[in-house]
Amino acid sequence: MRIDPRAVEEAARELYIRALKQLPPDIKTGMAALDARETNATAKRVLGTMLTNIKVAEATDNLLCQDTGIPIYNVWLGRDVEIDGQALKAAIRTGCERATREHPLRSSVVHPVTRKNEHSSCGRHVPVIHIDFSDSPETLEIEMVPKGSGSENNSWLKMAIPAEGVDAVKTFVIDCVLEAGGKTCPPTIVGVGVGGTSDLCVHLAKIAATRALGSKCDDPEGAKLELELSAAVNGLGIGPQGLGGDATAFAVHVETAATHITMNPVAVNMQCHSARRARATFRAGGIEYGY
Amino acid sequence: MAHHDFTMPVTEQQVRALRVNDTVTLYGTLYGIRDATQIHMFDRGRKTRFDLRGHAVIHTAPNVKRVDASAEHPSGYAPVCIGTTTSDRMERFTRPLMEQCGVRIVIGKGGLREGSLAAFRELGGVYLAIIGGTAALETTWIESIEDVDLDDLNPESLWKFRVKGFGPLLVAMDAAGGSLYSEVKHNAQERRAEALARLGVK
Repeated sequence: MRIDPRAVEEAARELYIRALKQLPPDIKTGMAALDARETNATAKRVLGTMLTNIKVAEATDNLLCQDTGIPIYNVWLGRDVEIDGQALKAAIRTGCERATREHPLRSSVVHPVTRKNEHSSCGRHVPVIHIDFSDSPETLEIEMVPKGSGSENNSWLKMAIPAEGVDAVKTFVIDCVLEAGGKTCPPTIVGVGVGGTSDLCVHLAKIAATRALGSKCDDPEGAKLELELSAAVNGLGIGPQGLGGDATAFAVHVETAATHITMNPVAVNMQCHSARRARATFRAGGIEYGY
Repeated sequence: MAHHDFTMPVTEQQVRALRVNDTVTLYGTLYGIRDATQIHMFDRGRKTRFDLRGHAVIHTAPNVKRVDASAEHPSGYAPVCIGTTTSDRMERFTRPLMEQCGVRIVIGKGGLREGSLAAFRELGGVYLAIIGGTAALETTWIESIEDVDLDDLNPESLWKFRVKGFGPLLVAMDAAGGSLYSEVKHNAQERRAEALARLGVK
């Protein structure tokens, strides 16, 4: 299957806008479930406002949150897909820039030293583009995640040591959630990376934080940690927006990787309650949009 | 747990009467301010032509659209999506905002720290919590972007919004030393040991 870069550009444009406006169904269901279980009156009001906001965004065709985030595009190339790799990356960048100028969207991207904003949501190495491969025949998938700064500013890495064991991982997650308080726009998805190198560990935390609710880690050890940590985090009482309550996190998601005999790294990255993402799947029959 | 409707600007007395868990809805003028705005005003000595005395500022950088200036859009900007950012990064600017500009109300999400709480107590101010990430709803409370200053910092300009019933917002930090955030943080810290025990951490 041959892919026209112009179709990728259109999809990259469309995906950014869609992600900012429509929350995935798993997040909406998750929010409603937290609201149904909540016992704190203030928290109940806060969750109610969040649910209202989802409806207002849909009714007014507006962005859910003003933070257009740092644009991230995750690409999976299936078997027998033909596309010029450089053209693919250029098309994503152009699509991202066009979404920003044409909608228009606030460009939240600046040079890290000069703080200059090109008003294109693009800059050096941004949008972030990850390219990987999949088993799916004749399929190209592009996932778009606008990662907001409120949650991204609450990211941590600890190079713990083997003697500290898995207790170090658990303690670190609890302390990160305490430190984040209301700054991350809870209820959050707490993404935890365990193992790998330092950079892989942080990347795993991001994958975990942006995974759909209801999905679980395909490493049974990671899946076990997810259940334990989800319950523990929601016992802290931080609540929606850090104003107190039961609903501190939708879930804790964990991703693991093998690590060095002398290492025990753990990273935490969080996703806010407006856990936005959108997906385009290219097949021979055309492009399908989803989450 | 009283509700207050404020037509801006307000007096020190009005603000000092507020208590944590009260709610407030704003009418009239609201100013939008952000990291870069305050870095330029308080670290680099830039001045604004706006008179912020007795006013409320919201921690924001909006999505806007350039349009021809009209009665509906006096500033030449139409609002697209206006929401609120995390306040904590701007903690150190609360006091100069109040001392140098006379601001009485700070609106944001996630709360501010002890330094701001002390400034609210000494100078007469409050922090109103808005629900972060609910910008589509907030945008419906904004009538227009009346004016803009320091616009070379766009989107982190100093924005002057006209609002119609902006709220209800929760008083989360008051001038009597009350802070919902300190309370929640304290309680959460107390539950830390329990959480770790539950996880089997020795």
